[in-house]
Amino acid sequence: MSILETTHSAEDAVKDYVVAQESKDQLRFLTCGSVDDGKSTLIGRLLYDTKLIFEDQLAALERDSKKHGTVGEDIDLALLVDGLEAEREQGITIDVAYRFFATDKRKFIVADTPGHEQYTRNMATGASTADLAVLLVDARHGLMVQTRRHAFIASLLGIRHVVLAVNKIDLVEYSEAKFNEIRKDFEAFANGFDFETLQAIPMSARYGDNVTGRSDKMTWYQGPTLLEHLERVEVGEHEIEAPFRFPVQWVNRPNLDFRGYSGTIAGGSVSVGDEVVVAGPAKVSKVETIVGPSGEVPAARAGEAVTLTLEDEIDISRGDLLAAPASRPDVADQMAAHLIWMSEDKLLPGRSYLLKIGAKTVTATVTEIKHKINVNTFEHVAGKTLELNEIAFCNLALASSIAFDPYEANRTTGSFILIDRMTNATVGAGLVWFALRRATNIHWQALDIDKQARAEKLGQKPAVLWFTGLSGSGKSTIASIVEKKLHLEGRHTYTLDGDNVRHGLNRDLGFTDEDRVENIRRVGEVSRLFTDAGLITLVSFISPFQSERKMARDLLGEGEFIEVFVDTPIEECRKRDPKGLYAKADRGEIKNFTGIDSPYEAPENPEIRVHNVGRDPEDVAEEIIAYLKDRGVVS
Amino acid sequence: MNMQSPGMTPERLSNLKRLEAESIHIIREVAAEFSNPVMLYSIGKDSGVMLHLAMKAFYPSKPPFPLLHVDTTWKFRDMITFRDETAANLGLDLIVHTNQEGVEKGINPFDSGSSVHTHIMKTEALKQALNKYGFDAAFGGARRDEEKSRAKERVFSFRDGNHGWDPKNQRPELWNLYNARVAKGESIRAFPLSNWTELDIWQYILTENIPMVPLYFAAKRPVVERDGMLIMLDDDRMKLLPGETVQEKMVRFRTLGCYPLTGAIESDAETLPAIVREMLIARTSERQGRLIDKDESASMEKKKREGYF
Repeated sequence: MSILETTHSAEDAVKDYVVAQESKDQLRFLTCGSVDDGKSTLIGRLLYDTKLIFEDQLAALERDSKKHGTVGEDIDLALLVDGLEAEREQGITIDVAYRFFATDKRKFIVADTPGHEQYTRNMATGASTADLAVLLVDARHGLMVQTRRHAFIASLLGIRHVVLAVNKIDLVEYSEAKFNEIRKDFEAFANGFDFETLQAIPMSARYGDNVTGRSDKMTWYQGPTLLEHLERVEVGEHEIEAPFRFPVQWVNRPNLDFRGYSGTIAGGSVSVGDEVVVAGPAKVSKVETIVGPSGEVPAARAGEAVTLTLEDEIDISRGDLLAAPASRPDVADQMAAHLIWMSEDKLLPGRSYLLKIGAKTVTATVTEIKHKINVNTFEHVAGKTLELNEIAFCNLALASSIAFDPYEANRTTGSFILIDRMTNATVGAGLVWFALRRATNIHWQALDIDKQARAEKLGQKPAVLWFTGLSGSGKSTIASIVEKKLHLEGRHTYTLDGDNVRHGLNRDLGFTDEDRVENIRRVGEVSRLFTDAGLITLVSFISPFQSERKMARDLLGEGEFIEVFVDTPIEECRKRDPKGLYAKADRGEIKNFTGIDSPYEAPENPEIRVHNVGRDPEDVAEEIIAYLKDRGVVS
Repeated sequence: MNMQSPGMTPERLSNLKRLEAESIHIIREVAAEFSNPVMLYSIGKDSGVMLHLAMKAFYPSKPPFPLLHVDTTWKFRDMITFRDETAANLGLDLIVHTNQEGVEKGINPFDSGSSVHTHIMKTEALKQALNKYGFDAAFGGARRDEEKSRAKERVFSFRDGNHGWDPKNQRPELWNLYNARVAKGESIRAFPLSNWTELDIWQYILTENIPMVPLYFAAKRPVVERDGMLIMLDDDRMKLLPGETVQEKMVRFRTLGCYPLTGAIESDAETLPAIVREMLIARTSERQGRLIDKDESASMEKKKREGYF
């Protein structure tokens, strides 16, 4: 620090120093370990060695050490960080505490979290904002059940960088063999987690070996000290590479001439002139200005708090999510998520909680606990409720559709808290896994009046027009025109559309082969019910597999099933890409996409084969109507 | 979309930018979630930074909440002048509240002792003001690096109907999701500067050129040495004890409060860069200058349980 030696121009030196500090970045990490692993001592050591412990704090520390200290006449570094009276008396850390220290390269924010099981809640809290986790183990004991739990929670909360701090190495005679044994154990075990960096360091927090200074007792260790590693480790900002996301926090309306949307960019970046879409209503506009903390800027990126104005007057309010039109978030009222329970009052499926995600709060219920996860063995276990500190994979139903991303894709738009409506306590933390399309209950009722009677009443011959083809082939467009024409002719019709049914009836289904089969089975059954009701049903589904289309056909009477193959080549569908789905699938964001990584089996003998490339959909629809008239379905 | 080209490592936000953005997010969240928030304005450097951030958070609008100053009637005169000028310059509503009962009872730092004075004229006065106006959220400029019990306090810190803080029953706080739900009578103290350190504060003041009370800068001032501290004679209510003499010294203040309870340090730092320089080589942390923390061990936690900010 040259500033301290400056004699000629102290002011200039300070200004230079401050300028240099402005490029200094920030690393947030959490420390976790078991009760006696020496976690507080390690943090105390970092604070002590980085010289941020001022003299009078030190004097107070010496006084306190005499009263509570557990290490005899030495200064007990742990007392520096164990804050509250209660835990000082118990000699354990019971809550998340935040500590700060800095070097010339970085400022560090440390979340100090407790190690014993009943405080999983606090570790998850500390991990939620951390870039890196320091996992402490006692060199004498090696990996413990707790170590596995800490690695699991860190991984679950999206931490990608881990330091294995093999502490108290002085108590095993600075043994290289012991260190290597622990390191190998951990590496083998951590294989299943998605850590980008994993650095094992042998150290003694009490004596300072390999914490900030190199140890002369472990010449066999060539790696970095803890502080060196913390200063150097590259923690890429995944959120900057993610698609643009902007949860609107506050509508800024000082006068009639200015309407801005304030918030913190949760993903990607945005520039003036960029198109943005309001997720949900899907209204699109362009960014007119970006007001940053120091005035207008041409562009801004994830992590920055800005105010955007748009070119068009759109109704946007707090809780809306602005996104990149090319990669939109999920919009759904059902989701599957990992839930960490944080309350003494257990979770009750079916009870209504408040769910806060970004700037949006909706009521939500846990509809099903799929399984609980034993945080020590990672085993899946069944459960009807969740107790404090338990983690489960759950389905949730929300009172209305909201926009969100999987947690893996975005830690901000993929995370939520649950709030008890009576006590207002924060009772749970959730990590979105994926959007769900869940089924409503279908009750079967015996009916007396038959198909023929109903059809006669409606004065028509029931039929199912089954449109099949790739995504983007034009099925829905054509079906919609056909329905309008039939409607104008006084026919009673109904359209079952892939997207719509997946929002309701088939909410619980994804896009695996099993789910696709079930999807078509249900639609086939519904078509049969509608045919029973005497309706002309238009089904617009990709329905990629021959066998399921046949199953639907077999449910109906002779001549009632009319297969319409909208035969648009995939190159054309990809070019059209009306929902941006092919682009998403190409980037690997959608799995099991028909035509890309999931097959489409074209019909061999459809009743109608439609080529619509370069044709007016009106004409195609007329062709289908003509067929129906030909076959006597409509007169 | 301004996509990063592949392979290019995006530069991380600097420490100050990240802190600034986080604080603005917190301030906006309070404004959006609460029906009647207020910003505690203590006139000091942390309050100055917090207010500066609030101005940025809502620009071009004004912050949608008033400022509240709890005036013990023992603040430095320079502070009061600066307070009124700041509110006027920024065009903000300023509420000044004094515990009148305390004034009538003649509570003062000399005769009542620092502990009683602080409790009645600060803690009780604050509760009175919050109750009187029915504020459901109050911003404070406290930082987690100031003191051990602060290190565990949440950004949105829940207070019961009596303004009490229960350190063992705090709401979990994850990501940047803050639980703003309170029942009638309960409230939240919000701390936008939780993750700032004293050095961050000074660097930001220097970078942003934020106006500060002149008392932070060294000048010749009349001081008396009492209980190991240099106390400035700010008005004639301070009586000299036998053996005490008034000296003119180059001094400045690292924190500001009631003048009889706030110790000055000898210093030549007359400019912001000089203060930052002094900070960097300081061997004494800032709260040394405050008498109130020395009363008893863990005193801050006790005071906070009772409703002290």
